[in-house]
Amino acid sequence: MPSLGADMDEGTVLEWRVKPGDQVRKGDIVAVVDTDKAAIEVESFSSGTVRELLVQPGSRVPVGTVLATIGPREAQAAAGRAGVSSPLVRHLADERGVDLAAVRGTGADGQVTRADVTRAAGERPAPRPAAAPAPVAPAPAAPAPAAAGASGPVRPRVSPLARRLAGELSVDLTAVRGTGRGGVIQADDVRRAAAPPGGVPVPAQGTGQPAAKPAAGQAARATAGRTGAGRAQAARRATARLMARSKREIPHYYLANTIDLTAAMTWLRERNRALAMTDRLVPAALLMKAAAVAATRVPGMNGFWTEDEYHPADQVHLGVAISLRGGGLITPAIRGAAGLTPDDLMRGLRDLVARARSGRLRAAELTDATITVTNLGDQGVETVYGVIYPPQVALVGFGKVAERPVAAGGMVGVRPVVVSTLAADHRASDGYAGARYLAAVADLLQRPEEL
Amino acid sequence: MTPEQARAVIERALGEVAPDADLVGLDPDADLRKTLELDSLDFLNFVTGLGTAIGQRIEEDDYPRLATMAGTIEFVAAAGGQPSARST
Repeated sequence: MPSLGADMDEGTVLEWRVKPGDQVRKGDIVAVVDTDKAAIEVESFSSGTVRELLVQPGSRVPVGTVLATIGPREAQAAAGRAGVSSPLVRHLADERGVDLAAVRGTGADGQVTRADVTRAAGERPAPRPAAAPAPVAPAPAAPAPAAAGASGPVRPRVSPLARRLAGELSVDLTAVRGTGRGGVIQADDVRRAAAPPGGVPVPAQGTGQPAAKPAAGQAARATAGRTGAGRAQAARRATARLMARSKREIPHYYLANTIDLTAAMTWLRERNRALAMTDRLVPAALLMKAAAVAATRVPGMNGFWTEDEYHPADQVHLGVAISLRGGGLITPAIRGAAGLTPDDLMRGLRDLVARARSGRLRAAELTDATITVTNLGDQGVETVYGVIYPPQVALVGFGKVAERPVAAGGMVGVRPVVVSTLAADHRASDGYAGARYLAAVADLLQRPEEL
Repeated sequence: MTPEQARAVIERALGEVAPDADLVGLDPDADLRKTLELDSLDFLNFVTGLGTAIGQRIEEDDYPRLATMAGTIEFVAAAGGQPSARST
């Protein structure tokens, strides 16, 4: 069961799209999983033959549970094992066009490391060299950002005390979910696993949550998850957990800047007038493009805070906060947003919104975001002060595009403006960097034709 | 197109983007986007669908006329199909 976002602890397999014996390729949809928020299509992380489906449709299981095994090679490929290669490694592989299934892992238990991917990529020309302006950093031990959402990495990170305790209590560390920062297994996690109520290790629900709940309750929730009210409640809880964690752990700082959109709106208007209605761009697409490009220019905004360290991401996968009809919020990502044309970004946005609302998002889209944008302008709001999605380090907000009196060149004129805001993690960056980021967004929007 | 026909066309287009919206009790002078919680993408989809339905391109400059149900009915009745007497 992959972690489909930092707010997910468990998931229900709704249906299998494959059966034993089927050939699957990396990226194929193999199953549909119901998180508390939506039905998500889960992709295979590798190519091969489906050997066994281990979890039946309707079953609710913790993140990290193996859902199915895929051959031919042992251990290398389990559809549900998000932890087999870390998201950072998957990003890198994706960027370099490397099929992870074809890479021989040299990490623990054959885990594919960044170095493996870099090596594999070096054997042939990179298909999209321009996508990553910065040289690939020497693998910083590939800390998995998803682990902060507590997926089950093959080799869990464990505090020294917990490791000793696990030895004494004969607890299998691979079966323990860490609740420490970045998913690190702490002593308490081991104690809980050693003495569970029913003799079965029960995954903790993240810091501050009751560690265990009766199995009957889980089953009831799994069923309730399909009904409207139950689902809304579960979605609310998932959001509550994540946001509470964000406010508990992340020292936010906030900046705002009013951006003159005269150039951008004029450009948009001319462009839209010349094109078919279906090709029209909405201002939000342009704002998002600027937010994505600015994230490549100012360090400290695009990446993850895990393991007491900031880990910049190589690409900008722009999370977009989408409100679901009937309540709830979901933040899937437009992948590689900085490298997309505004047209492509607009298409991506349309597609994402449509699928988010019809409940057909793909797993990668929910776990990949490296920075998130929220746009509440459509509801008439002028200024949005965001809450960061851990383990991300920044959230960019845009309010309503509105005509306002603006003083320029000693004159007051009426111009379209938008208030851009930044909520950033003070552990990863300082206000000065944040200010540069918002300035970069404003700057980019003055030359919309170059976006 | 009569206002009644126009309303039917509009309701179909709205139903595509906001299937759960209650169009029956809709105040004709209420702000459509706010009342139905349409974001800019929803609205664009609505406008695109409406344009296709009436066989006419709708410019962004026309958007202000589509702010309310009453305004949209007027717009569609004037624009769609045979010109009506209310056309300006």
